[in-house]
Amino acid sequence: MDFSNFTPGAASIGGLLIGASGLILFALLGRQAGVSSVAGGLLRFDLRDLDWRLAFIGGIVVGPLVVAFVRGSELPFEITFNPWMLVAAGLLVGFGTRLGNGCTSGHGICGVSRFSVRSIVAVVTFVGVGVLVATLARLGGLS
Amino acid sequence: MRAAVAALAGLIFGIGLTIAEMTNPAKVLAFLDVFSGQWDPSLIFVMGAGIALYGAGFLILKRRTAPVMGDRFHLPTAQGIDTPLIAGAVLFGAGWGLVGLCPGPAFAALSLGGAPVLIFMAANLAGMYAFELVGPRMTRGQTAA
Repeated sequence: MDFSNFTPGAASIGGLLIGASGLILFALLGRQAGVSSVAGGLLRFDLRDLDWRLAFIGGIVVGPLVVAFVRGSELPFEITFNPWMLVAAGLLVGFGTRLGNGCTSGHGICGVSRFSVRSIVAVVTFVGVGVLVATLARLGGLS
Repeated sequence: MRAAVAALAGLIFGIGLTIAEMTNPAKVLAFLDVFSGQWDPSLIFVMGAGIALYGAGFLILKRRTAPVMGDRFHLPTAQGIDTPLIAGAVLFGAGWGLVGLCPGPAFAALSLGGAPVLIFMAANLAGMYAFELVGPRMTRGQTAA
């Protein structure tokens, strides 16, 4: 086993920031920082509800630019460029997170923190399927 | 004001994802690909730290009846394990395991991932919109978080 890419320190700091972000959104606006639910709600085009959703998503988009600026270096990014696989994955993630009412942030952090049984079951399911598909994709030469 | 708070929260979220390198699909796949011989458990620490802080804060906030700037706390009302929950998690897990992107990191990676992330995001939003069209018939009693 090679753990040379394991970065527990940076991962924990990042996780704390994500938790802090969720607390700010919940304490002040009463909303859960579940990205799929915040983004999915945008697509209902309800004008009374667009401002904070767009602002939250906008903040997420800008975050990496701030880190890149402060560090003064390019951020690591590596992906397999297979257009059809990207389309299939995007459709699955978009439809699946809305059908299951949450993703890694909404179920994974907000839901598990509240000891929500639905969220715990969702996390075990999507991590389990994710492990299976990532393993099969590597064995099948897709990634 | 509401938008300013949300923008700040989003910014901190995006910075957290970036520092944890969850914006890099290869790092996420290195977690999901448990049997590769180069397993990277970092994602567990992201989730663990996030859950610990959010969980502690939530316990304190639960004593309040309303948020500082709103009339009520919006929490999911659905109870029990049902087919939409499991089916949705299965579909999401499959897409996540294919390329290593989920909604938060996909938005954060828009500025660093070029065409692949733009293609993924377009499909992601199309999938979310498809749910708006057919979803109400597939779920009962679920409300958005």
